[in-house]
Amino acid sequence: MKEVDVVVIGGGVTGTAILSYLSRYDLRCMLVEKAPDIAMGTTKANSAILHAGFDAPTGSNKARLNVEGNALYHELKDELDLDIKWTGSYVVAKTDEEIAALEELKARGEANGVPGLEIVSGEKLRESEPNLTEEIKAALFAPTAGLCWPFGVAAAFAENAAENGAEIVRDCEVIRITPEADGSGFIVRTMQGELKAKTVVNAAGVYADKVSALAGDDSFTITPRKGEYILFDKTSQQSLVKGIIFPVPSKTSKGILVCATTHGNVFIGPNANDTDNKEDLSVSTPGMNEIIAGAKKMIANLPMGAAITQFAGLRAVSSTGDFIIGRSEKVKGLYQAAGIQSPGLTSAPAIGKEIAAMVAEDLGAKEKAEYKKGRPPQPVIREMTREEQKKLIQDDKRYGLIVCRCETITEGEICDAIHRPCGARTVDGVKRRTRAGMGRCQGGFCGPRVALILARELHLPVTEIRKDGEGSFLYYDKEQEAY
Amino acid sequence: MIEIKDLYDIIIVGGGPAGLSAAHSAVENGAESVLVLERDREVGGILQQCIHNGFGLHHFKEELTGPGYAQRCYEMVKDLPQVQILTNTMVLEVRENKSVLAISPDLGTVEIKGKTIILTMGCRERTRGAIRIPGGRPAGIFTAGAAQRMVNIEGYLPGREVVILGSGDIGLIMARRMSLEGCNVSEKKPSSSTKRTPADASPADIDNDWGNGGCRVKAVLEICPFSNGLTRNMVQCLDDFNIPLFLAHTIVDIKGTDRVTGVTVAKVDEKMQPIPGTEFDIPCDTVLLSVGLIPENELSRELGVSLHPLTSGPIVDQHRETDKEGIFAAGNVVHVHDLVDFVSDEAEIAGKYAALTALGKLAPVERRLSVNTGNAVRTCVPQKLNLPSADSVTAGTRLFMRVTKPMKKVKLLVKCGDEVVLSKPLMIAKPSEMIAVEIPADKMKTLNGDITVGIEE
Repeated sequence: MKEVDVVVIGGGVTGTAILSYLSRYDLRCMLVEKAPDIAMGTTKANSAILHAGFDAPTGSNKARLNVEGNALYHELKDELDLDIKWTGSYVVAKTDEEIAALEELKARGEANGVPGLEIVSGEKLRESEPNLTEEIKAALFAPTAGLCWPFGVAAAFAENAAENGAEIVRDCEVIRITPEADGSGFIVRTMQGELKAKTVVNAAGVYADKVSALAGDDSFTITPRKGEYILFDKTSQQSLVKGIIFPVPSKTSKGILVCATTHGNVFIGPNANDTDNKEDLSVSTPGMNEIIAGAKKMIANLPMGAAITQFAGLRAVSSTGDFIIGRSEKVKGLYQAAGIQSPGLTSAPAIGKEIAAMVAEDLGAKEKAEYKKGRPPQPVIREMTREEQKKLIQDDKRYGLIVCRCETITEGEICDAIHRPCGARTVDGVKRRTRAGMGRCQGGFCGPRVALILARELHLPVTEIRKDGEGSFLYYDKEQEAY
Repeated sequence: MIEIKDLYDIIIVGGGPAGLSAAHSAVENGAESVLVLERDREVGGILQQCIHNGFGLHHFKEELTGPGYAQRCYEMVKDLPQVQILTNTMVLEVRENKSVLAISPDLGTVEIKGKTIILTMGCRERTRGAIRIPGGRPAGIFTAGAAQRMVNIEGYLPGREVVILGSGDIGLIMARRMSLEGCNVSEKKPSSSTKRTPADASPADIDNDWGNGGCRVKAVLEICPFSNGLTRNMVQCLDDFNIPLFLAHTIVDIKGTDRVTGVTVAKVDEKMQPIPGTEFDIPCDTVLLSVGLIPENELSRELGVSLHPLTSGPIVDQHRETDKEGIFAAGNVVHVHDLVDFVSDEAEIAGKYAALTALGKLAPVERRLSVNTGNAVRTCVPQKLNLPSADSVTAGTRLFMRVTKPMKKVKLLVKCGDEVVLSKPLMIAKPSEMIAVEIPADKMKTLNGDITVGIEE
């Protein structure tokens, strides 16, 4: 039986961040993920914002880890080559009541340790975001907020961990966790067999309550809260926004925002509706109407013809209302990173650092001398100079063959995405690593070609290539099969 | 070793039927060096995956398959010493000084200079995102063209139980293709196939009885109250295969987490909004979308060429020159055509005048007129007439129009001010079939004001 010191359950941004920090220690680490790829849950569909940290109540885990996480990202950006734009964020107010709320947010942010908060006039705001409505009178500016590419962050943590010897196993759902009688650890039964782990870290997103209960701790529940989004084509940015625009927050959410992405698109959303289905990622017409109406409060003329896709994500809302972080009170050797809703993405490195240190302390592990910072470079043709392009194509002709027209992605970049540590195995996996299929034609042209490249590179039949999820096979053989 | 000339008379962006026809015409009209840049591994464009017949009746006066038509176009230029074709070569940028930036495995990135440029990038399919269909995002939702490529070129089936949204021609052709490929056609004659003019099907027409396996098309849904395909395709692709057509219906939900398991369909009102209470479910594992084509004008837009809001293509004159001097455009990049034959016709115009421009043989423009759309006409190409002096006019100009709604027994009027230049009776006019009318050369000589094309009902 495979034996490890620590198994992390869940390959979202929280799980991969924990794995990355664990891999700095002299520990045998493994991450198991039930989906075919990492970052398929909450990490896949959220607002992609690195929050400054003024929202959460002072003294909460959320407030502390948000501010720490934000500061860590400022260091990690270069170290892990993360796709981050430090745009700052605005919370906008139209009425005197809302302006008063800005003052409250500012005071709370300062108590949480957020630097540089400032209330600016509507005119000042419109100097940088001219498409916002004249009705906006004032805004809270937070200079430390930024945009990131959440999948890219999770992939960076995973690749860094893999480079440092951690093992990542996908398509590997955990079905049973049995504590050893002598307290020496757990037998973890997965869809790919059993393993023995001294410690278990629960980073299972919307399923964190189930995983915790499997190990014997049923002290909390997780309710999925759905948020829907509409994404606009890059060409529409000039009539929308360059940064992050929040309305004044409500009790349950930060509201429907209008926000740029690191890739130059703009999205509107999310709404917030609790659901009892942990797999429900459908979008609805009422939901879309709700976010369009919400966004119109800030930008009157939305270019709806330039919408390229809609999607939904599930936030993992815990019954305690706060992040559940650290040693389980019921089960020795179980560590929780549960209820990680917003600002979870921002908090991920801080959570990773804290939990890794805790596990290392309990197991008496030391930091490795040979820890490798960063991850293997990822060639991106569209970001290179002409000379760099020429040289790369001369060395490897696949970098001269465009597969995705909308985003200018070459066969070379797709092959790299497949063969990287923790590389792509699905069509959407390639999409998230390279942007192939993310443009205005949404994979209409490159989708079949990417499937064929995956089949060739992974030595699989085309009929075994999946879009994204566990059973999401795309193509069938033409031969008639007996039904 | 590929040799790139210092300067070409014409650089053509796109080696589909438009690009190849333009290249041929350019040489016929004296061009000495023509470079065709094609991003796919072979020329011919989307025709290569259109293995059905029905192409070429107008242009080549015989019936060809898509690849057959592409081969004809290729053979007309392949031995011409003036024409150079580069495949696997993608143009990244077109510049106002008539140079292009291209990338290919053999050339790396390279800048190529021309005297004129013809844009023939074709069009792409509208996606689910553009029409905001609610529901999940499982595997099994494809644009009709992507499914067609998989079936016809790569040799795989995109699914087994198929519902098609949109009655555009590609959707209809794929309905037939999937039926043939799956060897599974319902025995049940749907109510929509009993008349030449398609009537509405009812949920009872859907055959959920699985028969002998393979794959089967269970329904075609169209949000408009009329079909958007050619009449011949309605008959040959749906009626002949007992596939029910639901007019004024759309998908209101797609079910399934990993793979599609079904769709919910509803009837729509005259504003195309779903009518509550009319919903019914169709179990299926595949949804094909044939919901319109969009001219592919990213390069044109970045170059600053003015685009028409309704055609989504460059605004062009009768020579197919855009508002950027020396930059021409032709084919589906200008406006989406019904037939490739008309794409070739249009590309020949662009090829000819790009050649004459490159050679400096074009008479100077003396009259700049607009072609405007009047009653019940949605679009008209060309949008401009840039005419030389009366003595220099040698050819007439064909106008290509689409109407806003289906009509019967109407008259098309081309007016210059209050004067009727042309009048053409039309037995049937419908949005899915482009209408062409020619202003003869003698009339072109005397035109002295803006033109309006409209329908007299």
